Amino acid sequence: MNKPLRRVAVFCGLLVLALLLRVNYVQFVQAGQLANDPKNRRVAINQYAQPRGDIIVDGKAITGHTETTGSDFKYKRTYTDGAMWAPVTGHASQAYGTTFLEGVEDKFLTGDDDRLFFNRTIDLLTGKQRQGGNVVTTLNPKAQKAAFTGLGDKKGAVVALDPQTGAILAMASTPSYDPSTIAGNSLTDQKNWIALDKKNNPDDPTQNRALRISYPPGSTFKLVTAAAALENGKYPDIDAKTTSPDPYTPQGTTVPLRNEGHIKCKDVSLRDALKVSCNTVFGKLGADLGEKAMLDEAEKFGFNKEQFVPVRAAASNFDTDMSTDKVAQSSIGQYDTAATPLQMAMVASAIANNGVLMQPYEVDKLVAPNLSTISQTTPKEMSKPLSPENAQKLQSMMETVVNDGTGKNAKIAGVRVGGKTGTAQHGVNNDKAPYAWFVSYAMTDHGSPVAVAVVVEDGSANRDDISGGGLAAPIAKAVMEAVLNK
Amino acid sequence: MSASNTTTITSVGAPNRRNTELALLVFAVLIPVFAYANVGLAKNGSVPAGLLGYGVGLGLLAGVAHLLVRKFAPYSDPLMLPIATLLNGLGLVLIWRLDLEPLGPAMAPKQLMWSTVGVALFIVVLVFLKDHRILQRYTYISMVVALVLLVLPVFFPPVYGARIWVTLPGIGSLQPGEFAKIVITVFFAGYLMVKRDALALASRRVMGLYLPRGRDLGPILVIWAMSLLILIFETDLGTSLLFFGLFVIMLYVATERTSWIVFGLLLSSAGAVAVASSEPHVKVRVTNWLHPLATVNGDVTETAQSRYAFGSGGLFGSGLGQGYSRLIGGIAPKSDYILATVGEELGLAGVMAVLLLYGLLIERGIRTALAARDPFGKLLAIGLSGAFALQVFVVAGGVTGLIPLTGMTMPFMAQGGSSVIANWALVAILLRISDTARRPAPSPAPSPDAEATQVVRSQ
Repeated sequence: MNKPLRRVAVFCGLLVLALLLRVNYVQFVQAGQLANDPKNRRVAINQYAQPRGDIIVDGKAITGHTETTGSDFKYKRTYTDGAMWAPVTGHASQAYGTTFLEGVEDKFLTGDDDRLFFNRTIDLLTGKQRQGGNVVTTLNPKAQKAAFTGLGDKKGAVVALDPQTGAILAMASTPSYDPSTIAGNSLTDQKNWIALDKKNNPDDPTQNRALRISYPPGSTFKLVTAAAALENGKYPDIDAKTTSPDPYTPQGTTVPLRNEGHIKCKDVSLRDALKVSCNTVFGKLGADLGEKAMLDEAEKFGFNKEQFVPVRAAASNFDTDMSTDKVAQSSIGQYDTAATPLQMAMVASAIANNGVLMQPYEVDKLVAPNLSTISQTTPKEMSKPLSPENAQKLQSMMETVVNDGTGKNAKIAGVRVGGKTGTAQHGVNNDKAPYAWFVSYAMTDHGSPVAVAVVVEDGSANRDDISGGGLAAPIAKAVMEAVLNK
Repeated sequence: MSASNTTTITSVGAPNRRNTELALLVFAVLIPVFAYANVGLAKNGSVPAGLLGYGVGLGLLAGVAHLLVRKFAPYSDPLMLPIATLLNGLGLVLIWRLDLEPLGPAMAPKQLMWSTVGVALFIVVLVFLKDHRILQRYTYISMVVALVLLVLPVFFPPVYGARIWVTLPGIGSLQPGEFAKIVITVFFAGYLMVKRDALALASRRVMGLYLPRGRDLGPILVIWAMSLLILIFETDLGTSLLFFGLFVIMLYVATERTSWIVFGLLLSSAGAVAVASSEPHVKVRVTNWLHPLATVNGDVTETAQSRYAFGSGGLFGSGLGQGYSRLIGGIAPKSDYILATVGEELGLAGVMAVLLLYGLLIERGIRTALAARDPFGKLLAIGLSGAFALQVFVVAGGVTGLIPLTGMTMPFMAQGGSSVIANWALVAILLRISDTARRPAPSPAPSPDAEATQVVRSQ
């Protein structure tokens, strides 16, 4: 009987071997994938097992943490002035994940980042609790406050950049929400979350309008068209007369392009055309330059590409493959042209920075728990949409707009301010309340410290009151003043 | 026979290895005590208050068992008792560790009580079963008892979808299948010992395989039908697989005919496929096995939770008391999924160690079968070891996703009284067989015609 016994012994050995191989497969080969599966609750438990690092503005943390009870997540995120900073921070919720900076820098904030490996090892050896790193932002609290209070109850967004570095100084979006109210995983948090959902709140407060929504830019896009005209040598002299009929009927259509109100636009110079915002002049300019020249210039300003600041910003749009009449419409910010507030702030900043567009960014540096700097963002040039001479010509035109034209509301005593208004109609037959735009920059003797883009979408306001100069310019002015008086 | 130590027929001074057993038992008690302290330190930052009581309790159980083995089975295998003690001790620590999580009532005290009862039964078997061949007398009684034990749960309500429980008011619930495993092995061993020649020799050769005669085919078909019936009426895939596998192994050992294995595999796979595709409870298990991480109505399943536990454990585990296997929910982490806690908190290294302990116990059992001198002892030993091996494979394979999950318990470790008691009895019988096998042959009595006859001893 011993021969079959030995065979059974081998068989039983194989059974155990099969089990050993299987656990090796599960716990070694599959381990990483299983351990990091988002459905594996341990991922979230670990994420909230120690206090997150903080997001810092001007030396002060705008986030904090509190210990929770009755949950397997130990620490909960808290926010100071949550609603004001929400477009920057996003939320880190025990139940609903992370967004924006909290999401992009999640690993660093939780201390999981590879760059914190050394700190982690030290903490492990010394028996200290693991700590997350801090994210130091470029934002300017005064500018942010001016932007947020300026928008007030209105729906809209503001982005302010430092044209010389690309640093984001303000990024506001209204209506906003306090991420503290959804940071936990209690029933109250759930209720708040459901109330914030777009289905229940058409205003979509968790949306970041500054980065993620592309609005029709309206007349503010004429800056891009003007830049293209200058760069392509179409009208080297901004005070010389142009060949511009009024009304102007582009090739390929019988519908003439008209101007708003009773403004004089026939054959006016570029400066005057921008001052009163002539559709006919810039429409014809775009059509004359052609799609390729317009597209090239728009893309140099950053159109048709997502930006990462490092939070993702939606791509702004300038269409390709258009007929001449569509190019004309697109060149005055209509048809399919769409831009995020960040994009328009980039346009203003490139002009203000003498033609050099700097890569926008909002994270100045990442700091380890022991306060050593792990990574520092160095300002980077993104492109040169304009030559310095042309940029200065365009600056002069924009300053005329503020001094004598549609942007008078943005005038600041003792400082050169250039700007451009926009009132973008949208909806079928333009029946929806238009968006009010204002983009501007301020200029001092040491170059320009700030460029701003403001958009206000307000369905409740009286339609006639909505104009870039009326609604948006005062907000831009407040933001610029906040930066200048720093 | 070779001169290897599988044949232990010697008359002079064979070491009985009792001191080896004692030394190993010291480790088998100390390791769980350290584990217990480890859990307390990890969870509460202090050595748990019950450490002394727990250590003394486990030590006493092991010590008493050891002393009685010394007295009543001095030549028995020295490894089985320490391995069983270690596995039982670790199981108690793990259950106590999971009691610290909000998972319902504490179960460690009760499990400690059941372990005590198990060791008591172990002692009773050793003391009163002087020779395993006595069991041979109860071949057909065993059959009746086994059938009754197997059929009994049908009359009780199902628990967690499987009818494997007998609920006794006031006492608790029993899993008769665990005891049936031993009793039916006794029956198989007795029956096959008598019939093995008929089964082995009276056969026809067809296509290279020896096919048994129709009338000899009877018993295997009966067992097959029975295991299928268990599967259908008690929806217990594991037990039916266990019994059928057990029978095929023993039949093969008894007859040395490979054809039985082929036959057995064909029958069992046919049965398994038929039932798996019709029985909804089994079907769910198979679906979970094929798609372990799929969510059901947006919820993470037990299967997925246990897989996450294993995966999160990685190579070395989170450390005792620092894992989240409670996410599996309910009492499952203490019973069916106890191995998942091992996997998460002790890591791949810990699971491999535990599996190797089981492997070692199985190997010692098979070695006992090889060493046994009587066919009944051989069959009984291989039956018990084979059943143990199959159970470990079915449970561990099910929890780690090698095969569909079935409702069986990890011997010695998992929460459950029936299992721990029955397995202590199983180890006791194996020890009894090994004692008989390794005991030196009595020295021949001085014979008046000793000079005329020369005694030749086989070595």
